[in-house]
Amino acid sequence: MSNADIYHEMIIDYSRNPINYGKIEDHDVTFHDSNPLCGDSIDIDMKFNDNKVSDIKFHGKGCAICMACSSVLTEIVKGKEIDEVRNISKNDILSELGLEHLQAVRIKCALLSLKVLKSALYSYLGKHLKDSQDVDTLKEEAANLY
Amino acid sequence: MQSSQTSFENIRKDFPILKRTVRENKDLVYLDNASTTQKPNQVIDAITDFYRNHNANIHRAVYALAEEATELYEQTRDKVADLINIKNRKEIIFVRGTTEAINLVAYAWGRDHLKESDIIVTTEYEHHSNIVPWQLLTKEKGAKLEYIGMDDDGELILDDLDKYLATGKVKLVTFSLVSNVLGTISDAEKIISKCKAAGVLTLIDGAQAVPHMRVDVEKLGCDFFAFSGHKMLGPTGIGILWVRTSVLETMNPFQGGGDMIREVHKYETTWNDLPYKFEAGTPSIADVVGFGAAIDYLLKIGMDNIRQHEIELTSYALEKLSSVKGLHIYGTRDISKRGGVISFNFADVHPHDVAQIVDGEGIAIRSGHHCAQVLMERLNVAATSRVSFYIYNTKEEIDKLINSLNKVARIFKL
Repeated sequence: MSNADIYHEMIIDYSRNPINYGKIEDHDVTFHDSNPLCGDSIDIDMKFNDNKVSDIKFHGKGCAICMACSSVLTEIVKGKEIDEVRNISKNDILSELGLEHLQAVRIKCALLSLKVLKSALYSYLGKHLKDSQDVDTLKEEAANLY
Repeated sequence: MQSSQTSFENIRKDFPILKRTVRENKDLVYLDNASTTQKPNQVIDAITDFYRNHNANIHRAVYALAEEATELYEQTRDKVADLINIKNRKEIIFVRGTTEAINLVAYAWGRDHLKESDIIVTTEYEHHSNIVPWQLLTKEKGAKLEYIGMDDDGELILDDLDKYLATGKVKLVTFSLVSNVLGTISDAEKIISKCKAAGVLTLIDGAQAVPHMRVDVEKLGCDFFAFSGHKMLGPTGIGILWVRTSVLETMNPFQGGGDMIREVHKYETTWNDLPYKFEAGTPSIADVVGFGAAIDYLLKIGMDNIRQHEIELTSYALEKLSSVKGLHIYGTRDISKRGGVISFNFADVHPHDVAQIVDGEGIAIRSGHHCAQVLMERLNVAATSRVSFYIYNTKEEIDKLINSLNKVARIFKL
């Protein structure tokens, strides 16, 4: 994949007009993380209702790849059952934007929001679930995403 | 002065890496020299020659090889003394780089000389290596870290320094001679004279200055001076810390081990003479020798010629970049106050995206926070794109950069 090919129409559109961008004031959970090397920085707020993600928004600063992936991720997640959200894999995000062959240094840009999402989820479930081992698995998954 | 155009064109032949292509058969245009520089044959050969012909440990054995290795190693110390005008070679300590030099000062000077409620002053445009060691030290000691602010032209606000000095609690003022992000050349003369009048020590981070201009440490009158070899054609893993003897004599060792001792007994040790007291363990000998070859190379061109070449390139780049619609340049336009570093942002396009697209054209520029997050906060940006020049760069390469920025504009529909 040549460098410029990454920047296809969808990426540019999403980065210019991000979906689900903003804050949820009465969120049930919020989580922040950043990439120390490049300075991409993302917050995700979520609200839950009836075991579903009833609302999700993200905000922060990032490159076009980071913003586009965050948009796609929130679109996928919104309205889904918590269990489904837990199973979202990195390929679900990358393939949606044709970024399966993204070079290693940019993978972190693409997956930061997924890491924040998984972290937000374990942080929420940690408070609401009795099965702590389950939460630990999710925590580990978030930590080892890239 | 030699005709800079012809001599600087010949320089490129000495750098094998500049002959290679990257990505899709694009000529390499290397514009990340503030991060690290490429190496000429003369440096690569000096390192190879050391391992092929002279390799032995230094300062110990009596045999021929050890004698040669020691001599080659020590020759670099004399070359450093010549380069930055130091009268006493015993004040020159070999370290891994600027980062280790500053950490050495924070550890070996700071821990004995800083007390609770004392103040260390740094600046808003420092590299993390001139912030974090002082955070560690001041937190350990219950002391305070304060910042000289920066104005919108990227110059230091020296009134801040006056304010801190007036407290009588400042023990050290530490600043970079040239900012690695904005290229601003600090008014070292003014800062040091203020500090001297207040009896306060000064440390200069010379990492972005020594490779690019004539630096006279004796004339500057600071107390600590640090810089790195790899940013001036030398290998990685070698840097310099210079400390004024009167200060050095008040310092305990940094690391304990071989070579830094005079006598070791079960419970007591006496220290080796300066500077060896601060050079524990086997150093990066071949890299020190390679660094010596780098200094020879630079002095042959002449530091004033190098500065002149960078002034020409930087003025040209500032002019060309200014003509790109939507491109914002940070820092001063006064070339007498700016080294060969230009940070910019291009409309709302993230610097990573800019860097990736120009990389597709073979052009290596830096994007990110450049290890200066305090400065990024001050500029209120997450990141910038940065180009930084050296002796082998040309105006044609700057033209290529401008063309590739036009490509960024096309892709992002600017």
